[in-house]
Amino acid sequence: MLKIEARGYESKFWRYAAPILALVLTGATSGLIFAAMGRPPGLTVYTFLVTPLLQQDGFQALAVKAAPLIMMGVGLSLAYRANVWNIGTDGQFTLGAICGGGIALAFPDAPSRALFPAIVAGGFIGGMINGGLVAWLRIRFNANEILTSLMFAYICQYLLVYLVTGPWRDPEGFGFPQTALFSDTALAPRLIEDSNVHIGVLLAPLIAIAVWVMLEKSLLGFQFRVLGQATRAARFAGFSENRLVWVAMLISGGLAGLAGVLEATGTLGQLTTTLSPGYGFTAIIVAFLGRLNPIGVIPAGLLLALTYLGGDAAQINLGLPNAVTGIFQGILLFYLLGCDILLLNRIRWVLNKPKAA
Amino acid sequence: MTELAVAFLVSTVAAATPLLLAATGELVVEKVGVLNLGVEGMMLAGAIAGFATANETGVTTLGVLAALLAGTALALLFALVSLTLQANQTATGLALTIFGRGFSALLGAGYVGIPAPTLPKLHIPFLTDIPVLGPVVFGHDILVYLSFAILGVVAWCIRSTHLGLILRAVGDSHDAAHALGYAVVPIRYGAVAFGGALAGLAGAYMSLAYTPLWAQDMTAGRGWVAVALVTFAAWRPLWLLIGAWFFGALMYLSLYVQALGVAVPSALLSALPYIGTVVVLVLISRDRRLIRLHRPAMLGRPFQARA
Repeated sequence: MLKIEARGYESKFWRYAAPILALVLTGATSGLIFAAMGRPPGLTVYTFLVTPLLQQDGFQALAVKAAPLIMMGVGLSLAYRANVWNIGTDGQFTLGAICGGGIALAFPDAPSRALFPAIVAGGFIGGMINGGLVAWLRIRFNANEILTSLMFAYICQYLLVYLVTGPWRDPEGFGFPQTALFSDTALAPRLIEDSNVHIGVLLAPLIAIAVWVMLEKSLLGFQFRVLGQATRAARFAGFSENRLVWVAMLISGGLAGLAGVLEATGTLGQLTTTLSPGYGFTAIIVAFLGRLNPIGVIPAGLLLALTYLGGDAAQINLGLPNAVTGIFQGILLFYLLGCDILLLNRIRWVLNKPKAA
Repeated sequence: MTELAVAFLVSTVAAATPLLLAATGELVVEKVGVLNLGVEGMMLAGAIAGFATANETGVTTLGVLAALLAGTALALLFALVSLTLQANQTATGLALTIFGRGFSALLGAGYVGIPAPTLPKLHIPFLTDIPVLGPVVFGHDILVYLSFAILGVVAWCIRSTHLGLILRAVGDSHDAAHALGYAVVPIRYGAVAFGGALAGLAGAYMSLAYTPLWAQDMTAGRGWVAVALVTFAAWRPLWLLIGAWFFGALMYLSLYVQALGVAVPSALLSALPYIGTVVVLVLISRDRRLIRLHRPAMLGRPFQARA
C-alpha cells in the first residue's frame, strides 16, 4: 500500500517540481473531464492553453489580462505569509475602481498630467479603505477576516450596481447600466499605441519586484517571513502581529484597488456592473502557484491569465461554456495544495510484509 | 395585517432553511476541528445536481438524493486533500468553492431558464387550514421540517451521546483523542462528509423549493453566511436556528421592501444581508471569552499521527 513518510527536511527539488507536477496533473485531469463530456480531450486542452497565444496580439492580450492578477497575487502572497486570509480582493478591486472611476467622472475636463495620477491614487486608497476596514474589524473586534473580507466583496459589488444603475448612469447611454465613457485624459497611458497594453502591464512586474525586495531585504519583510513560519517565535521576538495585519491588509487591499482602477481606465474606459470576472478568487490561486513569492507570482499570473483567454477560446471555437475556466482553476489549486505534501514527505510503496518474529 | 405577518413568517422560514441546513453541517465539521470553507461550492454542486436530476427524471426525491451525493462527493475531495494530504484547510476550502462554482456552471449551462418539478408543500387536512398558525407551522415543504429534525438530532447527539463526546474530543484535542485510541482522521472524514451532504441538501432546497430554477451562482454567498452563522452561534447548535431566522428575515425584508416600492435603491437593499453578517460577526466576535470558551481548540489544525 501507499505510505506517507516524513522526510525530516524540506526537499529543494520538490519545492520547484511540485507546482509543475500539479500543472501536469491538472492538464491530465481536465482532459479526462472533457473526454467524459464527450469532447476530444487533446484538442480541448490545446484550444484552452495554446490557441489564445497563436492569435494575433495573443501575447498582448495575455499581458493585459495578467497585470491585475499579478498585482492582486503579489498583495495576497504578502498577506498569506502573515496568516492574514484576505479572500475579498474582488471587493477591494471594485472599490478601487469605484473611487478612481468617480474621480474620472467628476473631472472630465482636467488635464491628464494631474488627473490620471489622482485617479490611480483614488483607486489605491479605495482598496486600502476596504482592506483597512477588514484589518480594523479583526484587530479591534476579533472578527474573522475571511468572512468580513468576503462579505465586503458582496457589499462593494452591490454598491457598484447601485452607482452604475443609479446616480452615475450615463444619461445618454440608452438606459444601459453603465457610466459615461471616461474622458481621454482619464484613460491609462498606453505602452503600445493603438493597443490595449496599458501602463499596468509595466507596473505589475515592478510592484512584484518592489514587494520582493521589501520581503527579502527589510526588517518588516523579515517579520512577515518569521510570523508565517514560526508564529510563536515571532511573538517572543516582540513582533507586533497587529501591525503586520494592518500592513498586509492595506497593501493587499491597495494593490487590488490599483488593479481595479487600471482595469477600469485601461481596459474598459467606463464603469459597468461587472468589472471583475472572478479575479478575486483567481488571485488566490496565483498567489499559491507563485509559492507566496512575489517573483513567482509573475509567471503564475501569466498562466492563470491564459486560463481566462482559454475559456473564451473554448467558448468561441468549441462551444464550451467559459465556466470551464473555473473548473480548471479549482482543480489546479487542489493539486497545488495536495502536491505540497511531497515537500516534507515522500510517498513510498510499502509491501505488506509479514512481521519478522 | 395578519396576511402580511403570515407572509413574513412563512417567507422567513423558507429563506432560513438553506442557511440552517448548511450551517448545521458546517457546525459538525468545525466541532471535530476542521474548517471547510467550501460550503458555497458544495451548495452550488448540490443545487445543480438536484435540479438536473429532478429535471431529467421528473422525481424531486431523486433530485434531493443526487444533491446529497454531490455535496458528499465534493466534501470527500476536500477531506482527501486537507486531511490525508494535510494541505492548509483554509486554502483547500477555497479551492472547493472555486471548483464547485465552475463545476456547477458547466453542468448547469444547459439548464438555465427551464423549470423543474418543485418540492410540494405539505398540506395536512385541518391543521394547515387553521388561520395564521396553519400556514406558518404546517404549510412548508418536507425539507423545512427535515432541517429542524436534523438540527435537533445534531444538538442532542453532540450534547448527550457517546458519539458527541468523541466528536468534541477530536475537535478539542486530537492528540488526546488519538492517544485514547480514536481514529482521528476517519472520524474527521465522516464529519466532513456529513457536512457536505447537508450543504448539498441546502443547495437542493435552493434549486427545487426556494427559487425552483437554476441560475449560475444562485446561492449568492449563502454558503459563506452559513459559515458565519456557526461563529455567530458560537458552535452551539440551537443558536443556529436564531441566526438562520434572523438572516432569513433580513433576506425577505430586502426583497419585500423593494416590492413595496420604497424609495431605497434595490441594489443597496440587496446588500443588507451581507452588511448584517458583518455586523453580527463583529458583535459576537468582540466577546473573546465566549469565543474562546466554545471554539473547538483544534479548529483548522492539521493532525499527523505519531507512532
